[in-house]
Amino acid sequence: MTLARPNLRAQATEARLQALTLPEGGAWARAARMAALTRLQGLGLPVRRDEYWRFTDPATLTAPAPAPAQPLADDEAPAFAGIDALRLVFVDGRFDAAASDPLALSGVTIERLPDAAARDIHWAQGLYGVLEAEGQHPVARPLAALNTAFATDGVVIHVTGPVARPVHIVQRHEDPSSDALLHHLVKLDPGARLTLLESGPAAARLNSVMEVEVADGAALHHVRTQGRDHQRRTATHVFARLGQGSDFRSFTLTFNGVLTRNEMVVSLTGSDAVAHVAGAAVGDGDFHHDDTVFITHGAEGCESRQVFKKVLRGGATGVFQGKILVKAGAQKTDGYQLSQALLLDESSQFLAKPELEIYADDVKCSHGSTAGAIDETALFYLRSRGVPAREAMDLLTLAFLREALEEIADAALAEDLSARLEGWLARRR
Amino acid sequence: MLEIRNLHVELEEGAKPILKGLDLSVGAGQVHAIMGPNGSGKSTLSYVLAGREGYAVTEGSAHLGDIDLLALEPEERAAAGLFLAFQYPVEIPGVGNMVFLRTALNAQRKARGEPEVSAADFLKLVRQKAQALRIDAEMLKRPVNVGFSGGEKKRNEILQMAVLEPRMCILDETDSGLDVDAMRLVSEGVNALRDQGRAFLVITHYQRLLDHIAPDVVHIMADGRIIKTGGPELALEVERNGYADLLAEAQ
Repeated sequence: MTLARPNLRAQATEARLQALTLPEGGAWARAARMAALTRLQGLGLPVRRDEYWRFTDPATLTAPAPAPAQPLADDEAPAFAGIDALRLVFVDGRFDAAASDPLALSGVTIERLPDAAARDIHWAQGLYGVLEAEGQHPVARPLAALNTAFATDGVVIHVTGPVARPVHIVQRHEDPSSDALLHHLVKLDPGARLTLLESGPAAARLNSVMEVEVADGAALHHVRTQGRDHQRRTATHVFARLGQGSDFRSFTLTFNGVLTRNEMVVSLTGSDAVAHVAGAAVGDGDFHHDDTVFITHGAEGCESRQVFKKVLRGGATGVFQGKILVKAGAQKTDGYQLSQALLLDESSQFLAKPELEIYADDVKCSHGSTAGAIDETALFYLRSRGVPAREAMDLLTLAFLREALEEIADAALAEDLSARLEGWLARRR
Repeated sequence: MLEIRNLHVELEEGAKPILKGLDLSVGAGQVHAIMGPNGSGKSTLSYVLAGREGYAVTEGSAHLGDIDLLALEPEERAAAGLFLAFQYPVEIPGVGNMVFLRTALNAQRKARGEPEVSAADFLKLVRQKAQALRIDAEMLKRPVNVGFSGGEKKRNEILQMAVLEPRMCILDETDSGLDVDAMRLVSEGVNALRDQGRAFLVITHYQRLLDHIAPDVVHIMADGRIIKTGGPELALEVERNGYADLLAEAQ
């Protein structure tokens, strides 16, 4: 018999809720927010002793106010600068209409979340908080429920036909104490295709949720880079539901950041759907980066692929929690999962929890997880040809990350991020 | 060009002595061959000169011209003009051959205060050198040595040597694993680089490489020392009689 401990979870949840107010909205939005608030109150915010947060302390993500974070004074061209895209700019979590392109692009309707939420009837009702709520089982994701309840801004994208150019969500961070709650919806009609880019640190603290509905035969290519601000704290969730024969690819590049938790919750609900999720992360010192992935195969003949690579230095921590759940009846599933860390010194660590849970008998699933040091033989070979040690390390670091970068399906985007990464590595030598 | 005096080297792990007072002097324009039984320290010598970790120099010196090699990092030795053609060239997945070679060339030039070579000039240079070694463009596009045959790897070493133009070239068993045609190609590549300003140290087990790359001087190495030095006829003697007589003579 133990004495009841003070309930840290209830206290943390209560304190956080007191710092927030439910945004205004129309009937559907209010209902969705109230439902999410109820979910959140039932779950409570995460605490370190939760199994799902064993490797990542959520305290700074759940605290009533964000820890201050200085925006990075940056002199380099913004991410995806060479890509012709429709730009939607958010500054510290607030849409900046003046800095954005007009929300007009053929084949797609784009609205701000507050505008869609103000309406009494909107298609968003069928998506907002819906995938998030489904994604609460079997593992609770309270930060996402909090987001659904309190998100103040975001974009609502409906893709109906061919889209001429990518949509780029630019997320700037200017205010050292900004606390952003962004919620985006992306709905692709059958056969529709979209490339969606995201870039930037967004705020001192960001809680972002993206709910993605990819209908039969549709394709979404999602590529993001999270900004080089080091002091920022970020928790993101992407919930994706994939229809028959649909295709969803998501890639994330992270460089720096004291805390990043990227959750990717993908549900393959139609047969022959394809989901590829990948990421490359590089950081030093108090860098902490967590990829948490949950892929559910709920239909026959689907393919899922996870490729996550991290380069850690100077005491940095990398976390990977990845699960493939194959439901009964999801025969001919092809599941693949790879998580690897390159530890540039002995003080860094990689914590990995790969999981497979399979209830069908005709499936192909494999996973691999490794943590290793730089290849000393290769390093010497490069140096013996005149390449200085630091530069040689960078070449080998890029080579290690290459496998993840190759998951980017678009050559121009891959080249943009690859060149950016090369530049960032050179800067930190 | 290369002056090695009383060089003593041991493995850092276990302090096992490998080189036990080695003396060697290679003049500019010369080709010296080193032969010797397995375990005599030939590869250790090449690694120590190139600056590989894991070896401790306990005594002696090694100079390239007036440069104290042992005081330099591996990349500084390369920039000073030292090149080691590896016995086992290293595969580096994810690093393209061309990127690697261009990075290496420009890093060396930068270290010597020379301007970098432009992408276009570099491409021209490599194509020309590669052609002579029958290295096709596809091979250059691949990651460094990945999926290369044994012969391709060795030709790639010679290509690097031809592009980087070092003044002191050490070839560590470059003939191992080569068929007759590959050996000829590699030898032609080496011979094309022979000139008055450049010296070679060719480490080999077999006389047949020396049929193609004619040495000026042949050294026999055993137990971490040079035990005999002579002309090309010394290699023929080893080929005929093995090392037993030479080792006995040195005792």
